[in-house]
Amino acid sequence: MAITRQDVEKVALLARLQLSDAELATMSDQLAQIVGYVDHLAQVDTEGVEPMAHAIEQLNVFRADAVDMSLPREEALACAPHHDARGYLVPAVLGE
Amino acid sequence: MSEPYTTIIGLEVHVQLATASKLFCGCSTRFGAEPNTQTCPVCIGMPGTLPVMNRRAIELALRTAVALNCEIPPRTKWDRKQYYYPDLPKGYQISQYDLPLSANGRLEISDAKDRFAPKTVRIIRAHLEEDAGKSLHDEEAGKGDSLIDLNRTGTPLLEIVSQPDLRSSAEALAFLKELKLLLTYIAVSDCNMQEGSLRVDANINLHIETPQGRVATPIVEIKNMNSFRAVERALDFEAPRQYREWQETGRVLGESPKQTRGWDDEAGITRAQRSKEESSDYRYFPDPDLVPVSFSPAEIAAAKASLGELPAALRGRLESVYGLPPYDADVLVNQGRSIVDYFLAVADACQDGKSASNWVTQDVLRVLKERNLSIDELPVSSDALADLIARIKSGKLPSPRARDVFQAMVDSGVDVSQAMNALGIESVDDSELVALCQRIVAANPKIAADVRGGKMQAIGALVGQAKKSNPNVDPNRVREICLELIQSLSH
Amino acid sequence: MSILQRTACELLRSLEAGEISSVELTTACLERISATDDRVGAFLRVDEKRALAQAAAVDARRAKKQPVGRLAGLPVAVKDVLCDRGQLTTCASRMLADFRPPYDSTVVAKLKAADAVLLGRTNMDEFAMGGSTENSAFQVTRNPWDLERTPGGSSGGSAASVAAGMVPLSIGTDTGGSIRQPAGLCGIVGMKPTYGRVSRYGLVAFASSLDQIGPMAHTVEDAALLLEAIAGHDPNDSTSLDEPVPAYTATVNQPLTGLRIGIAKEHFAEGLDAEVEQAVRAAVKVYESLGAKVQEVSLPHGKHGVATYYVIAPSEASSNLARYDGAHYGYRTNEQEMLAELAGERKKLQAAGDQRGVNELDTALVRMYRRTRAEGFGPEVKRRIMLGTYSLSAGYYDAYYLKALKVRRLIRQDFDRAFEQVDLIAGPITASPAFKLGEMTDDPLAMYLVDLYTVSANLAGIPGLCLPCGQSECGLPIGLQLQAPILQEESLLRGARMFEQATDWHKQRAPL
Repeated sequence: MAITRQDVEKVALLARLQLSDAELATMSDQLAQIVGYVDHLAQVDTEGVEPMAHAIEQLNVFRADAVDMSLPREEALACAPHHDARGYLVPAVLGE
Repeated sequence: MSEPYTTIIGLEVHVQLATASKLFCGCSTRFGAEPNTQTCPVCIGMPGTLPVMNRRAIELALRTAVALNCEIPPRTKWDRKQYYYPDLPKGYQISQYDLPLSANGRLEISDAKDRFAPKTVRIIRAHLEEDAGKSLHDEEAGKGDSLIDLNRTGTPLLEIVSQPDLRSSAEALAFLKELKLLLTYIAVSDCNMQEGSLRVDANINLHIETPQGRVATPIVEIKNMNSFRAVERALDFEAPRQYREWQETGRVLGESPKQTRGWDDEAGITRAQRSKEESSDYRYFPDPDLVPVSFSPAEIAAAKASLGELPAALRGRLESVYGLPPYDADVLVNQGRSIVDYFLAVADACQDGKSASNWVTQDVLRVLKERNLSIDELPVSSDALADLIARIKSGKLPSPRARDVFQAMVDSGVDVSQAMNALGIESVDDSELVALCQRIVAANPKIAADVRGGKMQAIGALVGQAKKSNPNVDPNRVREICLELIQSLSH
Repeated sequence: MSILQRTACELLRSLEAGEISSVELTTACLERISATDDRVGAFLRVDEKRALAQAAAVDARRAKKQPVGRLAGLPVAVKDVLCDRGQLTTCASRMLADFRPPYDSTVVAKLKAADAVLLGRTNMDEFAMGGSTENSAFQVTRNPWDLERTPGGSSGGSAASVAAGMVPLSIGTDTGGSIRQPAGLCGIVGMKPTYGRVSRYGLVAFASSLDQIGPMAHTVEDAALLLEAIAGHDPNDSTSLDEPVPAYTATVNQPLTGLRIGIAKEHFAEGLDAEVEQAVRAAVKVYESLGAKVQEVSLPHGKHGVATYYVIAPSEASSNLARYDGAHYGYRTNEQEMLAELAGERKKLQAAGDQRGVNELDTALVRMYRRTRAEGFGPEVKRRIMLGTYSLSAGYYDAYYLKALKVRRLIRQDFDRAFEQVDLIAGPITASPAFKLGEMTDDPLAMYLVDLYTVSANLAGIPGLCLPCGQSECGLPIGLQLQAPILQEESLLRGARMFEQATDWHKQRAPL
C-alpha cells in the first residue's frame, strides 16, 4: 500500500509527534520504503493460521486480591516533570 | 404514546467491582483518599512495570456475566485501547476488544405500577477494563493547569452494554434499577453512584414515521449523568430535542457522525461536546504483557451456583409462596437481600406473609430510614416482630396498641411482653370481656335497640365505653361480643 | 591487566579461595575503564563509589565466613534499560535523562541479592532500538577490535565493556538480536534465553512480546553462571515461566552425547559474506569431529522474519512508548515556548483568514505532548513509533499487524518441525563482521536487514546463543549462532561449551 504524506501527517498526530516539514519529507520516504518491504508479507499464505501475539502462549496467570503498600506520594511525584504537593500538573484539559 | 416518534435507547454501564486491590496491582481501591496516595509504579505505568491480573476481579466479572445470562466464550483476552489523556498514564487503557469475557446476555424488566409492559433487554457484552484517573481543574495552581489524581487508575471496571432495546426513560430507569439491584444481590459492586462505582452513558436516537416511511435520527451519546434522576431527565430532554433538530435540519442517521453530548444537570439540558475526528482510532491490539484467560465448565457452573436467588426469582417466590401482591414483592426485593431475609424470617415465624409484609414495608422501613439504621442494627428481631404479629392475630394484643408496642420495642430493645407491661397493656380474657360487655349492653338499652333496628354503626358507642372502662380490650372482640349479646336478647 | 584476562568463573574461584579480593578486582575494572573507555564509550555512567562499597562489603562478609550470594564480589555491567531503585535509568534517551525509578527491576534485585558488584551502566541504542549503538542520545560506542567500527547493538555498551576487558560479565537485552548480534561483532558470548525464562519486570519495554534479558561474557561457562543468577519465575511478570531453573553451571562442562546439529539451508543463501560462511562451516566441522551428527533442516519462513519483526516490534513499541508524554515522568518541553509557538501559529492563521486552520490547531495539551515527544525521542525511535502507529491504525491492522502475527506462528512452526529432527540449529549471527560507524545511519531498511538471522528466535520465543567461531582477514570477530527448543538452555549451553572447549576463539582478546 502506498504511503502518502497525508498518511504520515495523520499518523504523526495519532502518535503525538510534532514533525518539521523536513522530517515529514524524510519520514514519508523512509516509511514508504520500509512499508514497501513489509508488503511482501501479503504473499505468505496464512489461510487458517491462528495469530500468535505471545512468544510463549500461557493461560490464567493471576495474583490474589491482596492490598500492598502504595508508593509514598512524594516518591511517585518526584519523577514528574511538573507537579505540586498533591498531584501531577498538565496544561488544562478543559475544553478537550 | 402521544409523541410522533419512538425513542430508541441503549445504555453503557460501568460498574466498579468490589475488590480490595486494583485490577493489575496491589494498590487499595478505597474511595476518598488524598490525591495520589493510592498509586504504585504499576498503576502509574512507570517504565518497566508490568500488570498481573487480580483473580477476584475475574471471579466477580464472571459471576456478573452468568447472572446476566451471558454466554461465556472458551477464551478471553486483554487488549490495549490507545489514546492520550493525562488521567491515563500509560497512554493506553487495558480493556477487552474482540474477545470479551461475556456476550449475548439479557435482563428482564417490568414495572410494578404497569407503566410499561414487562420486557427482556438484551445485553450485547460485559467486559473488564481498568479505570482511568481523574483530572481536576486546579484553581490554586493557577495558569490554567489541571491537577491529575491517579488514585482511581487501575480500579477494576465491568462495562455492561445493552442493546438499544429501551423505548422510554422509564424503561431505561427500570433497567438501571434492576441492574443495580442484581449487582448488589450478587455482591459484585456497591453501585454507589456518588462515589462513581456505577456510571451510565446513554445512546439515544428516534425512529420517526413519515409519509415516506420510517427515518432514524443520528445517534447521540449522552455523558455526565451522575444520578438515575439525571439519566431520566437527560433522556426526557434529549428525545424532543432530537425531534426538533430533525424538523429543522432533516438530518438522519448516517448523514452526520455520532455525536457526544454532555448532560448539564443545573441547566437541565444536553450540550454538544467537542469531538476530535482522529480520537476514534484506538488502535486496539492484544496486550503482550497479559496472558489470556479461560474458564472451565466447572468454574462457570460454580459461578452460577454461587449466585443465590436473584431478584426476579425472589419476587416470584414472595408472590407465589407468601401470597404477596406484586407491589409488595417489588418493594421488599428492591430493599435488598438483608431486608428480604428479615421479612422471610418474620413471615415464616408468624405464618402470615401479608401481615409480615405490611409491618416490614411500613413500620420497619420507616424506622430504619428515620434512624439511619441497617436491618442488622434494628433492635426488633425477626422473632420479636413475628411474636407481635401473632399476638395481634390471636387478640392478645389489641391492634390499636400494636404500633405503640412496636415503638417501645424499637426504643428500648425489649420483647413484646416487656413492652406490653411497660405500656400497661394486659390481655383481657374472654370471660372478663363478656361480663364487661353484658354490663354495657344492659346499661344502654337505647343503643341496643338502635343496633337491633339495623343501625349498625351505633355499636361504636358501646365499644368506646368498653375501651374507657378497660383500655386493654380488643375493640374488634368487644364489637363481636356486644353484637352477639344484642342479637341473642332479641330472640 | 592480567586479572581481567581471566573468566568470571576463574575469578569467582579466586575470590572464594581468598586469592584476590573483590575490592582488588573492582579496582582493576575501574582502572581499565578509566584507561580505555574514553576510546570505547561502553559506559554511560560508572558508579565507582557504590561499586567499591559493595565490593568491600562482600569482602568483609567473606572474611567473616558469612554466607554470600552466587556472584559475590564479581563486577557486572548493566545495560541502562533495567530499573535500579533511585539510580538513573535513561535508556540512552533524552526522554529519560533524569529518570530515577522508585523501584528495582527483578534482574537488578537478583544481582544485588547475588552480591554482584554493580559497576555501572552501559550505553545502548535509544530504547534498545537499533543494531549499532549509534542511536544513543548521549554517545557512540566503538568496537574494541576496531574503533572505527560498530560494536553492534542495541546492547553495544554491554558487549564492548566485556570485549574490552573492563568487566567480566554484563547484562544485555535482546528484542531482535540485541544481545547475540553485538556479542558476535565483539567476539564474546551472548545469550537470549527462552522468552519468559528471565523476568522482564523493571526492564523498560521496547516490544513486550519479544524482549528478553540475558547474559554477556567471555565464555559459555560464564554465561551459564550469570544466567543461573538472573533466571526464574517472577510473580510480577505474567509472562514469566513458572518452571524450575536447572543448575546450568553444574552441567555446562558435560558434553552432549549423540548431539544432532541442524543446518538451515536458508541461512547460507545469497548475501552471506564468504568469510562468515567459511567460519560457520568450519565450526560445524568441529562439531562433526566431536561426534555430532549434522543434518540439513529447513526454516522456510525465516526469510519473512525481518518483515514480520518490523511490524510486530514497532507496533508494540508505539504503544509501550506512549507513556512518555511529559505528564507523569521524564522530559517535558518548555511550556512557555510551547504556548508562544501556538499563539504565533494562531495569529498567522487568523491573519490569513484561515478559520479552519484555527479550529484544527492543537490544544495546549496536545501540543505539549507533541513537542515533548519530538524533542525527547531520537530519529530511530520516532521512525519506529510512526511505523507501529501506522501498522495498528484503522484500515491497516489486518494487512500488517494481524498478518505479521500469523506469519509469526508459521516461523515458530518451522522451528518446531526442525527441532523434531535436531537438538540445536547452528548458523551465522550476521551476514558480515562489524560494519563501519556511520555506514548505515541514512538507510534504515538496510540497517533492519542486518537482523535477518536473529529476529526469528525472538518471534518464536526460543533461546539463542552467539559465541566466537573465527576471525575475518582484517581481524574482526565472527560469531556462531546456536538455537535450541523452548526452555532447552541447558543443552544450548552444554552444546556451545563443547565447541568452546575444542577451540581457542574465546581466548582471543581485543587488541586495545
